[in-house]
Amino acid sequence: MDMQPSPSPSGASRRDLLRGLAYGGLLLAVGLPLGRLAVAREDAPTVFAPDAFIRIASDGAATLIMPQVEMGQGIYTAMTMLIAEELDLPLAAVRLEAAPPSDALYGNPIFKVQATGGSTSVRAYWTPMRKAGAAARAMLVQAAAKRWQVDPAACETQDGIVRHAASGRSLPYGELAAAASHMTPPSDPPLKDPKTFRLLGKTQTRLDIEAKGNGTAKYGIDALPPGVKVATLSSCPVPGGKIRRVDDTQARAVAGVRQVVVLEDLVAVVGDHMWAAKKGLDKLVIEWDEGPNATLSTESLRAAMHEAAKRPGVPVKSEGADVRPGDAGVISASYELPFLAHAPMEPMNCTVHLRPGACEIWIGTQVMTMVQAKAAQAAGLKPDQITIHNHLLGGGFGRRLEVDMVDKAVRIAAHVDGPVKVVWTREEDIQKAMYRSTYGSWLSARLENGKPVAWRHTVVGPSVIARWLPPAFSGGVDIDAIDGAADQPYAVGGFHVDYVRHEPQGVPTCFWRGVGPNNNIFSVESFIDRLAREAKNDPLDFRRALLTANPRALQVLNTAAAHAGWGTPLAAKAGERVGRGICLQTVFGSFLSTIAEVAVGDDGTVRVRRLVTAVDCGMVVNPDGVISQIQGGLVFGLSAALHGRITFEKGRVQQSNFHDYRVVRIDEMPAVEVHLVPSTEAPGGIGEPGTTTVQPAVANAIYAATGVQLTRMPIDQTLLAKGGRT
Amino acid sequence: MIKISINGTVHDVEVEQDTPLLWVLRDVLGMTGTKFGCGVAQCGACTVHVDGTPVRSCQLAVGDVGDMPVVTIEGIGATPAGAKVQKAWMDLQVAQCGYCQSGQIMAAAALLTQTPAPTDADIDAAMAGNICRCGTYVRIRDGVKRAASQA
Ligand code: FES
Ligand code: FES
Repeated sequence: MDMQPSPSPSGASRRDLLRGLAYGGLLLAVGLPLGRLAVAREDAPTVFAPDAFIRIASDGAATLIMPQVEMGQGIYTAMTMLIAEELDLPLAAVRLEAAPPSDALYGNPIFKVQATGGSTSVRAYWTPMRKAGAAARAMLVQAAAKRWQVDPAACETQDGIVRHAASGRSLPYGELAAAASHMTPPSDPPLKDPKTFRLLGKTQTRLDIEAKGNGTAKYGIDALPPGVKVATLSSCPVPGGKIRRVDDTQARAVAGVRQVVVLEDLVAVVGDHMWAAKKGLDKLVIEWDEGPNATLSTESLRAAMHEAAKRPGVPVKSEGADVRPGDAGVISASYELPFLAHAPMEPMNCTVHLRPGACEIWIGTQVMTMVQAKAAQAAGLKPDQITIHNHLLGGGFGRRLEVDMVDKAVRIAAHVDGPVKVVWTREEDIQKAMYRSTYGSWLSARLENGKPVAWRHTVVGPSVIARWLPPAFSGGVDIDAIDGAADQPYAVGGFHVDYVRHEPQGVPTCFWRGVGPNNNIFSVESFIDRLAREAKNDPLDFRRALLTANPRALQVLNTAAAHAGWGTPLAAKAGERVGRGICLQTVFGSFLSTIAEVAVGDDGTVRVRRLVTAVDCGMVVNPDGVISQIQGGLVFGLSAALHGRITFEKGRVQQSNFHDYRVVRIDEMPAVEVHLVPSTEAPGGIGEPGTTTVQPAVANAIYAATGVQLTRMPIDQTLLAKGGRT
Repeated sequence: MIKISINGTVHDVEVEQDTPLLWVLRDVLGMTGTKFGCGVAQCGACTVHVDGTPVRSCQLAVGDVGDMPVVTIEGIGATPAGAKVQKAWMDLQVAQCGYCQSGQIMAAAALLTQTPAPTDADIDAAMAGNICRCGTYVRIRDGVKRAASQA
């Protein structure tokens, strides 16, 4: 086993990162720095710490150090299952601890950075975590065998106990912890045959489920260090703007307000509790210097993207016969997505206690080491002077891959005596955020005998990767932005994909659940339906004919179609038009097909009645956890399709809270069915793929119902009124 | 000084009368199970029971609570409906990030107390004020029905 820390981002080859991000399974050979801590821990021999993840104390307590953060995706449970399977520990015996910041020890093997995102966790840790468990188990067995003077191969393990059947002896792991610390970790411990798994592939109760039902689960926003004050803030409503002048006379007069902190780009009111801070904030009179973005509007931003689309892109794929829009017989279309906010239920927050030479932080973050680096920079300290207490995340969705909330909180805390919890109002969370960018796709294809013979796809969007993981960006191509375009599943003849990098002026952009594939799956699947119509073929049959070389894709498509009753008549009420639509995708290492069923009222109102999804995500750790993630992902995608839109006017975001930045509620829910297709392939991601399937499936269903092809999201109901404009 | 009764215990709190109950619970009493999501009665994360009725605690001034008993997520397990809902939520593994679930459980417990055998329409009406951004609605609906069937 690799005894060295994982290479730093700059040391990792771009090719590895590319392959890691696109097909995480290939990178699983990257070793974790096992063995490192065994040396460091020699002063504490009563704890067996064979690697960075496992601690077994002499009293038998087993603690797993979790490098990945829990934001609802069930990863604490899945990671524990991976280790516990190979270590033969009962799940119930395991305690979890959030890992401290260290890219070397806890860097995600795919990113090389301690980050949880991109549906990478199980793909990244499927093998390393099992190896960690297997290595620890082997050392415990060695320790027992040595004590009993028997052959280690004659010992077995079960439920935290080593047994030697021939002599009837047994010892619990705890009693072997000290001796095991002196054993040499095996270089390549054998892993169990999947046929003998006792945990993996079998639904387990989530380890965090009880605390999340009785109010004891602790999120970043629940941090209460002694003496903590609460602050809330206002940043400039125009991105990049600055403060010109603040009159805080009335704010200071509010009972419970302790302090007003005015910085270059924001003002914060510090109080005894959130209400005092919020009342104080409302009483401030702030004059902004709005800066260069004061005239931004949705229209100006959209026009700039269309201008960018005319630029030649960087070629990503260029194979075989080409096709250009405008050429004779060429079918062309373009598709666009809007800006979106993440709006996790837990608003942005960060608690900071800054003292001379030390900074303590309480937060729920997807990126521990980035928080550490940002806090150090903002406080003028060294990274090792920053202590971080990570918490559960009240939703991440990509927003907590960013550290702007840390930067602001630390800069505010620099003016506050004692700890301060900086809590964003929901309005601040929606209006002064980082956003999922607009994206556009321009597609062209030529058909012969009812099948595509040439295909061209130009992706226009920002590069979040270039800022967030620079080593992975080179040659002008953003591997996330083209994900789902450059590797779409169909046989289409000549195949050309270009990427035009376009950063929307002034708008801070970041990852959002479903990332790049949101754009590409929406456009590719909408365009495939368009081509099926041009070929006068059924959307299902048209796809099937292009998937003969892609059996896993074909299987999920057929599975979803069978469960959805594709081709059978749909009931419609008076005043409603009904239809079904397909999406098929092969991103994040998983294969999904969703079939949506919609009813469109004569007035254009869209009701999604049913979503049927078939999933092949390779070997599954916790089946019910997979179903849960797909269900949730579908709802996230449905919110985007039905309601999701951030618009700008005079440089300002026009939405402010859940009344005008709407998300799906229970009374809008379709019936949802998720069907797992059994698979022995390498595990794929499941956090995001549900989300990306919804927009095209719903748009295609709306076409089936109305004959109107929507090419922009969210759904514009005014286009769908019966006899209305098309 | 304001006196309020929460989960059967009387607390004296020193805050302005207009302070929303939410912030008294969270920031003054340190009872952080009740969550802040929107502050404007749009999300339901802050739902508590006041005199048995589900209330958005971000909208209720502490001075208006008077002697009406308040029950929060920390105390709902002691009520028959609350215990059933919590059990159903565990059995069906409803929570994902869990942040909205205090409010969901409080709303569901209130629904079952009022309407022991709710229809889908009853569930929609009672639960539509509670947003779950993780999208656990399928299981929330099943959870309410399961809790109802454990009468
Ligand atoms: S915080 Fe009270 S309803 Fe959202
Ligand atoms: S479980 Fe995350 S918001 Fe509902």
